[in-house]
Amino acid sequence: MKTLVLLIILLPLAASVIAGFWGRRLPRAASHWLCCSAVGTAMALSFYVLLQVNHGVRLDEAVYTWLDLGFAKLTIGFLIDPLSALMMAVVTFVSFLVHVYTIGYMRDDPGYARFFAYISFFTFAMLMLVSANNFLQMFFGWEGVGLASYLLIGFWYTRDSANKAGMKAFLMNRVGDFGFMIGIALLFATLQTTDFSEIFTRIEELRGLTVSPLPGYEWPLITAICIALFVGAMGKSAQVPLHVWLPDSMEGPTPISALIHAATMVTAGIFMVARMSPVFEWSDTALSFMIMIGATTAILMAILGLVQNDIKRVIAYSTLSQLGYMTVALGLSVYSVALFHLMTHAFFKALLFLAAGSVIIALHHQQDLRKMGGLRKIMPVTYITALIGAWALAGLPPFAGFFSKEPIIEAAKYATLPGHTYAYIALTLGVFLTACYTFRMIFLAFHGKPRFDAPHGDDHHDVHAHHAPKESPWVVTVPLILLAIPSMLAGIVFVRPMLFGDFFGDALYVAAEHGAMAALAGHWHGIGAYLTHSLASPALWLALAGIAVAWFLTLRCPKAGVALERMVSPISGLFANNFYFDAFYEKVIARGARSLGDCLARFIEGAGIDGLLFRLPTQAIRFGSSVLRTLQTGYLYHYALAMVLGLLLLITGWGMH
Amino acid sequence: METASWISLSFLIWCPIVAGILVYALRGSANGSISRCLANIVSALMVFAVAYLICHFDGGTSAFQFQERVAWIPSFGIEYALGVDGISLWFIALNALITFLVIVSRKEKTNQAYLAALLVTSGLTYGAFTALDGVLFYVFFEAMLIPIYLAIGVWGGPNRKLAATKFFLFTLFGSLFMLLALFGLYKVSGSFSIKDWHVLPLNMNMQTLLFIGFFMALAVKTPMWPLHAWAPDTYSEGPTGAIVMLSSTKIGAYAFLRLLLPIVPDAVHQLAPYMIALSLIAIIYFGFVALAQTDLRRLVAYSSIAHMGMVTLGFFLLNAVAMKGALFLMISNALAAAALFFCAGALTDRIGSRRIMDYQGIVNAMPWLATLFVFFAMANIALPGTSGFVGELLVIFGAVEYHLGIGLLAATVLVIAAAYTLWLVKRVVFGAAGNSQIAQMGDLLTRERFGLVILALVMLIMGVWPQPVLVLMDASVADLLAHIARTKL
Repeated sequence: MKTLVLLIILLPLAASVIAGFWGRRLPRAASHWLCCSAVGTAMALSFYVLLQVNHGVRLDEAVYTWLDLGFAKLTIGFLIDPLSALMMAVVTFVSFLVHVYTIGYMRDDPGYARFFAYISFFTFAMLMLVSANNFLQMFFGWEGVGLASYLLIGFWYTRDSANKAGMKAFLMNRVGDFGFMIGIALLFATLQTTDFSEIFTRIEELRGLTVSPLPGYEWPLITAICIALFVGAMGKSAQVPLHVWLPDSMEGPTPISALIHAATMVTAGIFMVARMSPVFEWSDTALSFMIMIGATTAILMAILGLVQNDIKRVIAYSTLSQLGYMTVALGLSVYSVALFHLMTHAFFKALLFLAAGSVIIALHHQQDLRKMGGLRKIMPVTYITALIGAWALAGLPPFAGFFSKEPIIEAAKYATLPGHTYAYIALTLGVFLTACYTFRMIFLAFHGKPRFDAPHGDDHHDVHAHHAPKESPWVVTVPLILLAIPSMLAGIVFVRPMLFGDFFGDALYVAAEHGAMAALAGHWHGIGAYLTHSLASPALWLALAGIAVAWFLTLRCPKAGVALERMVSPISGLFANNFYFDAFYEKVIARGARSLGDCLARFIEGAGIDGLLFRLPTQAIRFGSSVLRTLQTGYLYHYALAMVLGLLLLITGWGMH
Repeated sequence: METASWISLSFLIWCPIVAGILVYALRGSANGSISRCLANIVSALMVFAVAYLICHFDGGTSAFQFQERVAWIPSFGIEYALGVDGISLWFIALNALITFLVIVSRKEKTNQAYLAALLVTSGLTYGAFTALDGVLFYVFFEAMLIPIYLAIGVWGGPNRKLAATKFFLFTLFGSLFMLLALFGLYKVSGSFSIKDWHVLPLNMNMQTLLFIGFFMALAVKTPMWPLHAWAPDTYSEGPTGAIVMLSSTKIGAYAFLRLLLPIVPDAVHQLAPYMIALSLIAIIYFGFVALAQTDLRRLVAYSSIAHMGMVTLGFFLLNAVAMKGALFLMISNALAAAALFFCAGALTDRIGSRRIMDYQGIVNAMPWLATLFVFFAMANIALPGTSGFVGELLVIFGAVEYHLGIGLLAATVLVIAAAYTLWLVKRVVFGAAGNSQIAQMGDLLTRERFGLVILALVMLIMGVWPQPVLVLMDASVADLLAHIARTKL
């Protein structure tokens, strides 16, 4: 088992190293064969591991000692249980499909081998993250995926906007990592370990302890740890207010948006909190905090999804919003639902991104929804699969999204922690918005009249515009179909074992007083009953209403859409500027930091320290020496005068004595 | 301890010095290749010699090993006493590696007088790290100044004279206080042996005075805020090779461990809060100042001294985790600063400018340098898997254990260092080639690539598996902590 896991993790790394260092000297096909087969094998092995785990096999073992501090060992080691096995299967599955898709998408790119090296490295880091049995290794993977994301967002490195976006992503994540690191350090300082199993068994020791960041403030230790860890999750999983990097990350190639910024990396925060459920369950404050943050993210980002015109940005805001749903689920202590939504979301969101990518290459890198339209007949496979993805994202039965999203909303109803009502309202409204922006996108891209022949102002790809768009090659469409299948069926097939069965076993822990999961189980009477029951829930009708509104505003009566836009124009600045989050970070934080740096460099460093410690003393010495120099005139009578004066002074002094 | 008869600490010290003198004596165009060859061989030999010492080092004891003792000035009890423990071992290793890389991979080596200065510096550095006698230590510590001062003043940039003067005056000024402290210790103990001083009882006033004496010298050398004013000028004006050697010789920080902490522990306990405050100021203040830099090498210099703030923080938290972290960070910072100064040097060699704005998009012309630059940037911001992470992780662990507030302030380094480093990378490495000069730059030469790849590998290995380094230093660190914990009143 251990060898198997090692193989799963190291195969992508080996492929990445080879493609990265020798890729330019190898034929192009060698890079993709190498990386695809490595990740493909990892996928097959991960499925095998998942099956084994389902039969009760577990692994919690160190591979080697990274650092032995005497009283504590920091190790690299694996914890394979249903949670990590599931994540490994999802990660390798999506990654493999994205690898295959990349063969088509990046066909003409000069950085072909480099791209494969990066995504294989990403897969390695992500697998390290999810298979960790301790915080050290998790942090290793955590920052590793951050590095991969940074490199891939800035993949087209001659674009300034891409470099900026990469830097922004890294820095925002670092703010999160700051919290994550503090959380780990607090755990280490009190329990002297970073191993999950030991932390879980000894977490009760922390009850009643407090910690003080400043004299006079006392925080409950567990709450401080949980919030610090959650700050890490907020960075990685792009929760308000650390979310601004995710829309900008769309500067990277589309396969990356699917793999990293939708299906896997951004869910690392969700995974981490679920993994830490035995810790988070001890702090109601942290859980409430998560509910509030998640619900806010879900609703605010759904609103922004409505007003985007870039097809990738629509999906990016949708990802943010869905991550908000998952975070709420974590806060409600329905971890299995959060993970279930994570899984289904990985399928349908990767599907939507890859479908969008298929459209984008067909239209020669056109991403503006206003310049699409009518692609339904030209790209049937892309259209059907995208429609399946949209249906699943909107949470309509019987596709996957319905089975994972509906329970979150219901759990918000049943929960008791502060904030659950707010979450219930936000998430329910979110369903309407989700359906609305998703189908707005579908309608604008695939329905109506083609708008892509219209001359595009600043677009330099006009040369290509003469080629009519056509359906993408099989390397692109086959991954779409393979993702469409679980997007349809994953809900029906897995909802019973994952939510109400014992798939997760003891990998997740829920305290008895957090009853949302129990309430959900109490209302569960089989899939059929669940489907009919949903007819009575507001979410389904809101979703249908969302689709209807989207249809009315984009296809039936576009003028109404324009009129609506005019109606909201007084506050449209709020939407156009993403609620001014970006402006705040750029104008206040980034510029503030630079101005502070400039001021320190000029006044303290230059005038203050250099002046006081170097220039002032040297000037003083120079001045002193010039004074002394004038005393040494060299004239005999000056010295004689001084001698006489001195003698007089001496005598007077003696006389007075 | 059984060692090959010819590999001794004296050999490490005197072989490069003699080679340096020879190189200087042979200067003149006719002997260029001989002296270059000699320098290469000697610096490579040193790497093997140190590797040999590491292999024969016994990590199980904190005692000094490979000791040599000869009376030097018997009337004052001054001895030529050498020895290494698990702490100094790594700094000798660092010195050997960096000297080797500087000598084989830098272009300035064509100048033989300069080459001689580097060799002599290297030999004296071994001396300072192995001396067990106060006077001997002081002699090496001060003598190191001279070749570096000459290298900066003669072969530096346009403002080299001011920079060299500043460097010399600051370090000399600080060292005088240390000299007083050494004499003070002699007066009390009647001995110049550092090992005797470690067990010497001292009253509180004396300890405080000694603390101040040592602190003045070491805070300048390390450097600590606010006695760092020499560092940015020196690092921006000096010739690359000398700067790499100067920045990777962590003798100031090392002397905290060898002299200040174990000799005056009670004063240390009393004054630690002030030292922690100075360290935190260094971490945050230098980070912001680095953000404002427009000069490539000044930015690297501020980054390096900001990380030295983490090191001194690790010292004065006075717990085992932070102390080990500080040691790792010293090694890692030496490597990272050396690597980044090398990269800056490779760029300056090609275009001649040190201004960041004169570079943009070097990835287009120099893929090798760009790749390595990004790697070193990641090591500089302590990405896990690089050596930088080990130290920062442990120091932050130690800081949080000490006090959450201090931990929070120390951990800001994660964000601030990432900000200035990535911004530098964005401005220098990525983007379209800024001008035709950049587009035509040749990628790293084999010798340059060799040096940087070795550095990258060392940082990677240390990051992935730091345990072997820790194993050899563990006993000595434990001994040091025991000394600090014991009162000397």
